[in-house]
Amino acid sequence: MKIANAQLWVHDQEEALAFYTEKLGFEVRTDVTLPEMDDFRWLTVSPPGQEDVAVVLMAIPGPPMMDEDTTRQVEALMAKGFAGTVFLTTDDCHADYEQLKARGVEFTETPEERPYGIDCGFRDPSGNSIRLTEVKLPALT
Amino acid sequence: MAFVPPARHLLRARDLADSRYAEAIGVEEMAAAAGLSKAHFSREFRRTFGESPYVYLLTRRLERAAALLRNTDHSVAEICLEVGLQGVGSFTTSFKRMYGMTPTEYRDAAPPASAHARVPACIVRAYARPQHRTFREDSPPART
Repeated sequence: MKIANAQLWVHDQEEALAFYTEKLGFEVRTDVTLPEMDDFRWLTVSPPGQEDVAVVLMAIPGPPMMDEDTTRQVEALMAKGFAGTVFLTTDDCHADYEQLKARGVEFTETPEERPYGIDCGFRDPSGNSIRLTEVKLPALT
Repeated sequence: MAFVPPARHLLRARDLADSRYAEAIGVEEMAAAAGLSKAHFSREFRRTFGESPYVYLLTRRLERAAALLRNTDHSVAEICLEVGLQGVGSFTTSFKRMYGMTPTEYRDAAPPASAHARVPACIVRAYARPQHRTFREDSPPART
């Protein structure tokens, strides 16, 4: 068994696509719009060099797929930042932090030393949380 | 003293090509990332990695373009820009040289992206349901 895709709700797929590709540097894995499915758009992205797993940037469907109350609840959860998190790892947290900051990414946490390594956090335009960690393996004694 | 190739700096330049090919970077930016002059950088890069930095960057872009032609419904012009190339004419020429056919021919030779996109069955079921928003059953009973 392997993880293929995991899904994130996004407010606006174009805005999310620009953020994940232009700011975060991800690549588009699949992007198709299906007219026979009311123009449903299957849009997936993942980091360069990691083609077998992707994040699905999923528009909130709204009625009739999702009733209005649920739609509003999902939007409220996203606005509060509780709709989901993507955990990324990196070889160099400080360098990535500087590069992403230079591209206009707004960080909620700057890089800090933790028992497990160095990590920082930011949000995508929909409010989804993204953590970026330079994992430090425990020293063998 | 033995000459030590600045491989780490060259790798930094190669990483730049791999991660930022979508932006308008060229050999100059790669040389700057390695901290070397353009001519010296090109020579060292070719000696270390077996191809020129220009070719490395271009093949990276064309490989991405081919994947986008197979897996998305973006237009050829959009894909050209998405992989950091400026002109559709030169994109088509370079693409044809590498893949033996134009981007449009390459796309037509493969099944359309929508045919093999792995849209899960649960979503297909939800979106393929009839789009009627009101059924008569939902209406309040008519008063008599």
